[in-house]
Amino acid sequence: MSSDNQILEEFTSKEYEHGWTVDLESDQAPKGLNEDTVRFISHKKNEPDWLLQWRLKAFRHWQKMEEPNWANVNYPAIDYQDIIYYSAPKPKKELSSLDEVDPELLATFEKLGISLDEQKRLSGVAVDAVIDSVSVATTFKDTLGKLGVIFCSFSEAVKEHPELIREYLGSVVPMTDNYFAALNSAVFSDGSFCYIPKGVRCPMELSTYFRINAANTGQFERTLIIAEEGSYVSYLEGCTAPMRDENQLHAAVVEIYVKGSAEVKYSTVQNWYPGNKEGVGGIYNFVTKRAICAGDHAKISWTQVETGSSITWKYPSCILKGDYSIGEFYSVAVTNNMQQADTGTKMIHIGKHTRSRIVSKGVSVGRSQNSYRGQVKITKKADGARNFSQCDSLLMGSQCGAHTFPYIDVENKSAQVEHEATTSKIGEDQIFYCTQRGIDEESAVALIVNGYCKEVLNQLPMEFAVEAQKLLALTLEGSVG
Amino acid sequence: MLKITNLHASVEGKEILKGINLEIKAGEVHAIMGPNGSGKSTLASVLAGREEYETTKGEVNYMGKDLLELAAEDRAREGVFLAFQYPIEIPGVSTTNFLKTAINQIREYRGEEQLDAVTFLSRMKEKMKLVEIDQSLLSRSLNEGFSGGEKKRNEIFQMAMLEPKLAILDETDSGLDIDALKIVANGVNKLKTKDNATIVVTHYQRLLDYIVPDFVHVLYKGRIVKSGTKDLALELEAKGYDWIKEEVKETV
Repeated sequence: MSSDNQILEEFTSKEYEHGWTVDLESDQAPKGLNEDTVRFISHKKNEPDWLLQWRLKAFRHWQKMEEPNWANVNYPAIDYQDIIYYSAPKPKKELSSLDEVDPELLATFEKLGISLDEQKRLSGVAVDAVIDSVSVATTFKDTLGKLGVIFCSFSEAVKEHPELIREYLGSVVPMTDNYFAALNSAVFSDGSFCYIPKGVRCPMELSTYFRINAANTGQFERTLIIAEEGSYVSYLEGCTAPMRDENQLHAAVVEIYVKGSAEVKYSTVQNWYPGNKEGVGGIYNFVTKRAICAGDHAKISWTQVETGSSITWKYPSCILKGDYSIGEFYSVAVTNNMQQADTGTKMIHIGKHTRSRIVSKGVSVGRSQNSYRGQVKITKKADGARNFSQCDSLLMGSQCGAHTFPYIDVENKSAQVEHEATTSKIGEDQIFYCTQRGIDEESAVALIVNGYCKEVLNQLPMEFAVEAQKLLALTLEGSVG
Repeated sequence: MLKITNLHASVEGKEILKGINLEIKAGEVHAIMGPNGSGKSTLASVLAGREEYETTKGEVNYMGKDLLELAAEDRAREGVFLAFQYPIEIPGVSTTNFLKTAINQIREYRGEEQLDAVTFLSRMKEKMKLVEIDQSLLSRSLNEGFSGGEKKRNEIFQMAMLEPKLAILDETDSGLDIDALKIVANGVNKLKTKDNATIVVTHYQRLLDYIVPDFVHVLYKGRIVKSGTKDLALELEAKGYDWIKEEVKETV
């Protein structure tokens, strides 16, 4: 019991540590964005001056930039002065039992097959289950610590490992990279930091799921992963539980720095609130994700399952700088109702004999619009570079749209670039084949879509894949008839 | 088990079935024969609940229930199985996964518990022998890249797994060589009990050498124009369908 108490104490003191119980009013920046907002955020987080200056530089640059409008999405103009840029996470109201939780949320958990303990944790019910997950997190940290793996929040890393942050922050996604990356650089609230030392193979999947507070990192998240030579890590972003976030605009940045012979596998299951059937509400998910294979024989693999957000604008990219480095992008993007997604990747081949592979599976349902946008660039020096791209679209019903925008730019004659694209519809005969075996229509559609996405889902770690499958089924609910 | 009374059905406004009457009892095997375009496959599809077919008149009573009122999946859950003439490909979904989903939905409908993995696998192993099907085939995407024979064998394998009360085999013999035909027929025969019934829809008599029917019906222009025993099938094999067409003309 005493160890339980200790854990409990650790857990509760953690919240104090982050100042979540101090007066709410003072923990929120005034609405709008100017240099004072940036200073406020930096001050709130007790940041060193160099980081404040970095933020300010980004902010000044952002002011000179214009919001991009080339993506195949439509949304009303965002008033950047009407947003609160820093708000400490609301202290969760502690609930005494699951009976107090929104039944709709519980029904969703049920369908996702999330365990009861996990359900309680996610909905903020204070019971033993919470203690369990804290202890999981603690054991987790011990194991990693012994190997020299650092896995913590971004704010913690700024305090504990400033030299690493200073060296690598903005090294893959410069603050001036694009409108949303610049905005994020100025006002990012928190995020995750991960460092794998030379030659270390991280023995477990690193998941933000296990990190307490992970769900509350706010709308301008910043992730930095550094893989030293010959190291390996599989990193899972997000949890598949539905996040009922009220923030409209999410502009995150993920930077991954992969050194020679190192490998990083980054998997995302994104399920932000997509808005209602009429397209009211929902998250604008404008994310910049990029990895650099800086050394020879480095490898980066992105896998994403995107089912949420009202608008998705996201292109996890690979800069293949080291010779023989490899970039992979596996994506499933499902849009339903009024959702719009413009997502894909960029493969920039710089090193010799670099290889990239793109497998994109779009599923459009309802009145949604789903676009694949991808760039394959083979630079002059990239002798013997190879790319294979496969972009498939699956349509359900006659009111949705699927679009493919491949950009291929080859400057070296020895390159091999292949692009395949297909568009298909779920056939009546496929559905009848399933129903004739006793499978109802909705499950039939989920089964067919899961089969269609299998190549991508196979890339996900096992438990994640199972949840992703259930999530797909959930997203497709009501798409039949 | 099944009683079809004056069944009329059309597709895209065109009437294909023009008053079918047929009664099938448990333990019986009925063959439905007839020239191309006579409505054999339509009858199979209508019984299985394919939506494109509209039943305009008549009744189908299946084990005391109005079959036409049931959705396709509920018919399957009540024990109606259709072995497809052209089995459908479902990329990325293995036969194993497909059947697991189907069986568990059927069990849920019947208020039974989900089948655990061990029981499911041992049942698979047992039924695989029956139709001489290989495990590797069942792990592949359903029907994708299967040969004609593999597809038909897979249909019978699914039938074995689902243990239907009423099995409808729609031209299961088409595209099969004699060896595959024997295997398929052998599988069907082994699945036969006194409690289930089989409808074999076929164009040729060949299959009926191996699956011996209790009754043979000739379907022509949307009606059953002649019924008999297996001798009728032999007669059709010897004489073709023309004499039947002549007979029908005379009676009209």
